[in-house]
Amino acid sequence: MAAPTPPSAGPANPQGAPTQTTPPAGETLIAVRDVTLAFGEKVIQRNVSFDLKRGSIFAVMGGSGCGKSTLLKSMIGLLRPTTGQIMVEGEDYWAQDEQRRTELNHRFGVLFQSGALWSSMTVGENVALPLEMFTTEPPDVIRRLVELKLGFVGMEQAIDLYPSEISGGMRKRAGLARAIALDPDILFFDEPSAGLDPMSSARLDDLILTLRDGLGATIVIVSHELPSLFAIADDGIFLDAVTHTPIAHGAPRTLRETCAIPEVTAFMNRLSSIPSSGPAPGQTPGKTEG
Amino acid sequence: MSPVLLPPARPALRATCGALRPGAPTMPAEAPAWSVQPGAQGPSLVLSGSWTVRGGGMTPFGADALGNEQGHGHALRVDAAGLKDWDSALISFLWGAKQAAAHAGLDFDGTALPAPAQRLLALLPPNPAQSAHPERHHPNILERTGEATLVGLEETGILSEMALQSTRGALLALRGRGFMRPKDLLSDIWNAGPSALLIVGVVNFLLGAILAFVGLIELRRFAAEIYVTNLVGIACAREISAIMTAIIMAGRTGGAYAARISTMLGNEELDALQVFGIPISSYILLPSVVSLSLMMPLLYLYGTLIGIIGGFVVAMTMMDVSPIGYWISTFDGVELKEFVFGFIKSFFFASFIALAACRVGLKAGRSAADVGIAATRAVVIGIVGIIAMDAVFAVLANALGI
Repeated sequence: MAAPTPPSAGPANPQGAPTQTTPPAGETLIAVRDVTLAFGEKVIQRNVSFDLKRGSIFAVMGGSGCGKSTLLKSMIGLLRPTTGQIMVEGEDYWAQDEQRRTELNHRFGVLFQSGALWSSMTVGENVALPLEMFTTEPPDVIRRLVELKLGFVGMEQAIDLYPSEISGGMRKRAGLARAIALDPDILFFDEPSAGLDPMSSARLDDLILTLRDGLGATIVIVSHELPSLFAIADDGIFLDAVTHTPIAHGAPRTLRETCAIPEVTAFMNRLSSIPSSGPAPGQTPGKTEG
Repeated sequence: MSPVLLPPARPALRATCGALRPGAPTMPAEAPAWSVQPGAQGPSLVLSGSWTVRGGGMTPFGADALGNEQGHGHALRVDAAGLKDWDSALISFLWGAKQAAAHAGLDFDGTALPAPAQRLLALLPPNPAQSAHPERHHPNILERTGEATLVGLEETGILSEMALQSTRGALLALRGRGFMRPKDLLSDIWNAGPSALLIVGVVNFLLGAILAFVGLIELRRFAAEIYVTNLVGIACAREISAIMTAIIMAGRTGGAYAARISTMLGNEELDALQVFGIPISSYILLPSVVSLSLMMPLLYLYGTLIGIIGGFVVAMTMMDVSPIGYWISTFDGVELKEFVFGFIKSFFFASFIALAACRVGLKAGRSAADVGIAATRAVVIGIVGIIAMDAVFAVLANALGI
């Protein structure tokens, strides 16, 4: 599997087959502006701002309970931020009515933590449901699309099995096939590697990279699996559970090497406690607020 | 980065959801076309036009298109010079071609394809595994009858064993050596008793009123209106209140028990209990069975009283009798043994509902759909069981002359 290619490295196609113009890589697809997330009085994160660039793999990092998944929920329409905006290609997502939000959601594919397959349907039916609901394709075309999506994740043999009949890793891959059913622009992954063995985890990383390049999708990953983050993510944000604010921006690889914020250093190097050396302001290029 | 499944900006919507929009053009300028051209180094697959799902690009690759093209070291080369737009449709088609090539012993050379398409195609195996069909055996009627009989016998045995365990657990708990937490028992008692007062009251009140209403009209023809007190009193005390309360509790509490236990099963909570050596019978079963068995006889007494009040209210409006007269007639007509009979029945109904619901929950599968099935089964088994048990009680009462 190839190393992550920068999104700007558009494939030079000698045959020049596709004729349409690609939107410029690096263009902002989702802009999160001063978002505050809270459950009632309890603030989870405040002043979260970042740009999600087209074609990038964006990591949302942080310790357990810092609000990574909550931030993801606010981006996919499950939780309204208390304040701030989430702009999807310039459209304020949460200012739209429900119908428009649903339309925007069709551009999102979400892989939930445990796959979240619907248990009363076979794997194939799980992938087929969005296609049946939101397209007018005939059943045989849908069947072949389902086989294709399951083929991408190596699950074509499990099409007629129920979620209860397959393993956790397979459920996750089937969930991924369902997430790409409608050929989304943006894929959201909530803890994709959680509960997978190292090899499956590495294979999933490869698959994510291939799908990013093959489908031209932009990817947001919520994770604290360091090897996986170093391998694939090329941008990111680090959320702090104590101050409830983002304390660093940048690719996980860069943060590991250059970031001097003790919390980030401890996280990136798997230290069991936060190093006592005080924060070194100004040393971190990606640092925002602390 | 090249777009891909339907460039440029919104591949998804255009590729697959676009068909939703009425009036959207269904055919692009160039329809997808393909042909296989023979060549010295092997055949080439010439593609042209727009290969999109919406543009009708989901054409299957005819397996016979390669005909007798066979050859070792030869490859099926893809010529994509005429290819315009593309999305999943192209990949699906090329996967078919890749499989056909592998079948014919040809290599598949897709280097002329756009890079994203090559990456996606590389994910797809040339010889996909056959879809696994789980064994779904369809037994004939004899097998099914035998199976049902065995299951029925086994379940009866298991239920009896569970009843025994609960009794033993209850005795242990009485001596303060059980695993049951008083808090669980209290919350179960609250759910099985006080919170059901309203529904049990409403249903029994209306049933008593209906009995009195229908009874009065018929008895009036014989000038025996005053016997409506016996009719309502005996019917409620002996049958109606016991059965209705049990049916309500089977739906309300039995279903809840089954759903709760099967959800715990799905969350591995029961496994965790087992690992700690906490017996499921006393931790889960006992509070459920004890609370329902304690509360249902009380609910029955309450229901009977409310039922008689329902009859009383109707009688007051429709018949010429003083309130005191009505109550005196009721106490004269309804013997204590009717209440005792109903009280004992209620206890057995409650034990059966709780045990059956717990058993159904413990036996359920681990998915969300299984929780629904378990709740349904618990209610159905509970209601049918109550009616069947009531029939047995009726026969017994007749034999014993109660």
